[in-house]
Order: sequence, then structure tokens, then C-alpha cells
Amino acid sequence: MTTDRLSARFAACKSAGRAALVTFVTAGDPTVADTPLILDALVEGGADIIELGMPFTDPMADGPAIELANLRSLGSGTKTKDIFALATAFRTKHPDTPLVLMGYANPMLVRGSEWFADQCKAAGVDGVICVDVPPEEDAEIGPALRAAGIHLIRLATPTTDAARLPAVLNGASGFLYHVAVAGITGKQQAAQAAVEQAVARLKAATDLPIAVGFGVRSAEQAAAIGRVADGVVVGSAIVDIIGSHGDAAAPFVKDFVAALRGALNANSPHFRETAA
Amino acid sequence: MTDSITPPTTLANSLRSQPDASGHFGPFGGRYVAETLMPLILELEKVYKEARQDPAFDAEFTELLRSYVGRPNPLYYAERLTEALRADAAPGPNGQKRGAKIYLKREELNHTGAHKINNCIGQALLARRMGKKKVIAETGAGQHGVATATVAALFGMECKIFMGAKDVERQKPNVFRMKLLGAEVIPVVSGSQTLKDAMNDALRHWVSNVHDTFYIIGTAAGPHPYPELVRDFQSIIGREAREQILEIEGRLPDMLIAPVGGGSNAIGLFHPFLDDAEVKMIGVEAAGEGLAGKHAASLAGGKSGILHGNRTYLLQDEDGQITEAHSISAGLDYPGIGPEHSWLHEIGRVDYMPITDDEALASFQKLSALEGIIPALESAHAVASAEKVAPTLDADQIIIVNLSGRGDKDIFTVASALGVEI
Repeated sequence: MTTDRLSARFAACKSAGRAALVTFVTAGDPTVADTPLILDALVEGGADIIELGMPFTDPMADGPAIELANLRSLGSGTKTKDIFALATAFRTKHPDTPLVLMGYANPMLVRGSEWFADQCKAAGVDGVICVDVPPEEDAEIGPALRAAGIHLIRLATPTTDAARLPAVLNGASGFLYHVAVAGITGKQQAAQAAVEQAVARLKAATDLPIAVGFGVRSAEQAAAIGRVADGVVVGSAIVDIIGSHGDAAAPFVKDFVAALRGALNANSPHFRETAA
Repeated sequence: MTDSITPPTTLANSLRSQPDASGHFGPFGGRYVAETLMPLILELEKVYKEARQDPAFDAEFTELLRSYVGRPNPLYYAERLTEALRADAAPGPNGQKRGAKIYLKREELNHTGAHKINNCIGQALLARRMGKKKVIAETGAGQHGVATATVAALFGMECKIFMGAKDVERQKPNVFRMKLLGAEVIPVVSGSQTLKDAMNDALRHWVSNVHDTFYIIGTAAGPHPYPELVRDFQSIIGREAREQILEIEGRLPDMLIAPVGGGSNAIGLFHPFLDDAEVKMIGVEAAGEGLAGKHAASLAGGKSGILHGNRTYLLQDEDGQITEAHSISAGLDYPGIGPEHSWLHEIGRVDYMPITDDEALASFQKLSALEGIIPALESAHAVASAEKVAPTLDADQIIIVNLSGRGDKDIFTVASALGVEI
């Protein structure tokens, strides 16, 4: 790949001595017109990588926060073409910030995997997380994304044991998303010791950066996870802010993201030296 | 014609050998679940394979079907319905008498009043084999919820039933039954508040409790191996019907008719006959207010997509968003269909026919009045289909209709549709 924004960003964060901040919002929440301001707020607040959720009527792996965001977005009329238009505009405005589409198989594949991969490529999308296509069904989406040079980001969970991990890693690229809790988004928090153990296990098995998500809601948690992982994913907590503030959410999102980023920066030895 | 009671099992190109090793029926089926669930799905597949090879498992399943469910249930010749349809049937092209003989497979006589219990017994045995003490299920009409709550009571397991809030409202007797049986009924308020949303929330609960919870899926759908194992447990319907019709008539039927929501009763009836080319099959989809309006006919009005763990025909828009299904029958009110039905539809082995709410309501009343059997609204769809098809067949032909459930649960819905206050 000529411009691999994902690996460039993880490398930059690593040399800065901190974890990458990965932030999730649902495209079109509350409306398509509001999303560009929210995406700008994420970048301005200090997000390193943007996960843009493709809304789906039946988001089975998501908790109430993101489920409601999906329904708000679809309720305001978000179409797939709008999501690619948002991605295209984002790429123009933020040429170096990696953009990952996250969602469910049916909206991604309804027009065929080649169509989807082509759209991603044309819009400047760097990676795709498809929640309900496990490695066993890779043929549905993997070959088309790889042919288009789009990273297929896989999920590892607390139930992904040592016997299964190689299957998950086979064909994974960009980064590995460690789902810290066996559950849905935004619910329980994982115990820090369990996260540390899992990240160590994953790092022993792959050179891909490890980002940890599910249940990360505060700057303190982000900082703790950021001390062991290459990236920290925050979704539901941001989506909740959008849920509360609607079309006025952008400044609140920016402040929250800035607090998360500040907590990650504070982990960095360079940052501490500068601050001193 | 086949003269053996036991269906052939080793035909070279058998239609009965699906799914393949990765759980696909042609392009359908598969395992489309979050990574958290994959290890459990793989373990279930392994445990099921072992159980199938274990004579003790089969013996216990069969014994419970006999002593607890009340199997075998009868294959009943519906003579008054047959004669009523014959009276209106036009003679055939050679002047022959028309109006096929209609038999009803009496699944409604099972304990809990529907075919659902067959599958629940099987899955509860698997849950016990896997050491799981808690079971969950989704339910639409409440029949599967009642059946699951029943086996949970029988096996001493903790039970949670996820049910769309709308269905909780329209199926109050079943909600009360489930509670009596010791289950917790959780009304699901997301989305359309019907069966698909109940399934979403059941999956959400499962993914958060995989370590100690077994998900008893109620229909022949979901991630592999569910479509296969549900079909296998429900195939008792077809195996019995096959044996019974051979005993009564000395030959195989000309046609099988069964209602299809997810399609577990239909696949259970059809599967043992799939390799008998002379046996035609009709799966009846719920056409609701008609295919031009709100309906639940995934094959007639949908296209291939991915939902709830499998690739199958789905009601969806051009962006792949799932559209709301509608049927007067809560058990058919689902925007998808089991993957084996999608495959049987595409290869043309089974014909699928849409039947509207109004047609089903008419047949609900007709069967009650003519035969003294109040069918479930689901089953009334199949009866309506038989009413259409029987007069086009010769009088010496035979139809078996799967009377998948009894209609007591539906009397409030039917009364309301007929404008009667009770």
C-alpha cells in the first residue's frame, strides 16, 4: 500500500511514547448534516483514528447507546451513499487521519463485496471492521477488501483461546481489535489485570498493533489501558454525548476527546519531560 | 415409489446431506456471528456431532418424546374438509373427480400444543451435555417460549425468555404460562418489538453470558449448527408422517404442506421426504396484507442477505436495512427464513406459496367448524394453502398438512380481527 495511514499513525504514536486514541461515532447520528462537525471535533480533540459506524437496523453486538445511535441515524434518513459521501469529505479535510468503517455484514455486502471495497477505496477509507463476519466466513468480504488495499481489522475477544487465535490473525491487518469484555458495546468494564494479560498474550502472537475497546468510558480507564495497549477505543461514551446533546454535541465531544487524549499523553515519558 | 419406511440415507446426490462441513446449504447458512460467540458455536457443533453418534442421547430423546411430549401424534384424515373441498372442485381435464385427500399431522396434540417442544427437548439435552445450567430463548407467538420454559422446568434449568413487547401484548396467555413455568419473560422494546428484536436481545444476552448460558433457538435458523440440529430434532415429524401414511395408504403422499416462518416445522416434515422426487412440497409464507403491502414473505418479497447468524432470504431495503415484517400470526412475523428453505427454494425442490392474513383467518374458522380442530394461525396458513391446492389435484391424490400448533393462544387475536369482543 502506498499510503498506509493506519501503520503510519500507530508508528507515530509509538515513537511519541503513547497509545493511539481510537474514537467511534455512528455515521448520520443524529443526522448526516451533523456528522462532519462531530468528526472534526474528534480530530481537533486529539483522536488518532476514527471509526465511523455504518448504522444497521439490527445491531446485535451493540448495547443500548450505540443501538439508539443506529436508530437515530436511520430515523433521520441516513443512506449508505451518504456514509461514503461523509468519508470522502473527511478524507479531503483530514488527509492523514485514518478512517475505519465499522458495522454489520448486511449493509456492507448487500450490493456485493467488490462494490463495497471499491466504494471504500474511492472514499479513502483505510480499514473495515465487520462485526458479524468471523474468519470462518472470510470469503464474504476479505478477498475483495484485500484486493482493494483496504485493511480487514479482526476482533479478538476473551473467548478467543490460543487454539483459535491463529485463525483470527490469519488475514487480519491494520490492527487487532481486542474486545475487552465478552459482551456488547458500552456495558461492563474489563478488569485491568485481564486486559493486561490479554494484550500480552496477543502481542506474543502478532506484530499487529493491539487496540483495546468495549467498556472504556473514562480518561482514567483510557490511561490505564493505554499503558499496555497500542490503542484505546472509546465509542459508547462519545455516542452518549451525542445522544444527550444532539446537533449541539460537537464542542462536548471535542472536550471529552481532549480529556481522553490528555490522559494518554500523560502516559508518555516525553510528555512528562516536557511538562516538567 | 419407495417401499421402505426408513428414508434412504446414502443416495449419491441426496438432498438430505446438507449442510456442508462449514454449515452451508448452497450459498445459504453459515456462521455470521460476533467473534465472542464463535468458540461456543464451534463447541456446540462438536458436542452435537458426538451426541448424534451416542445411542444413549438418541434413546433419551426418543423416550422423552414418547412419555413427555406424547409422540407419536396421529396422522388424521380430515374427511369433512376433504369432502367440502371436493364439493366445490371442478372436474379434471379427463372428467376425473378432483379434490385430494387431506391428512393432518397433529403436532398440535403435543405437550405445550405445538411442534416447538420437539426441538426444545433436543436442545435441553445438548445444554445439559455442555454443562450449561441456564437457558435463554426468543419467542414470537410464545409457543417456543412456552416450550423452552417447559423443558427448563423439566430439566431444572434457569430460564429467560426474550419476547417483543408487541408480542407480549398480543399473546398474554402464553406470557402467563411461561411465568407459571418459572421463566422470566423479558419484554423487548427495541426496533419493531417483535420476533426479530427478541432474537437481537437474546443474542445480546448470550454474548454477555456465554460461559454459563445455552441459547435454545426456536427455529431452523441462526448460525450453524442450529439450522441443522433444529431440523434434525424436528425431523421426527416427517419420519412419523412417512411411517403413518405408508401404514394407512400403503404409499407416499403426493404433497406436503407446512407453514414457514423460520420454517422448523416445515423442514421437519419435508426433510425425510426430500429424496422422494414424487412428493411435492409447499412451504407457506405469511403474505400479511398482501405482497404489495405489509407482509412476512421473505422468499416472495425478499433477497439474500445476512442476519442473525446466517445468510438467507431477508426482507430488506436497497441499503440492506431490514424491513419490518407483518403477519396476523406472531409466529410468522419475522423478516427472514431458515437457510435450508432458501436453498430448497433456489433449487426448486420446494414451492413456496404466500397466504394472506384474511385467507388464514378464513381457514382458521373453516377448520374449527368442519373438523373440530382450532388451528394455530400459523397452521391456518397451511390449511388455506391446502384449500387452494386440493381442488386442483385428483381425488385419489394425498396431501399431508402440518398442523403445527393449536389455536387456543390465538383466540384473542382472531376475535379482534373479526370484530368480536370477548
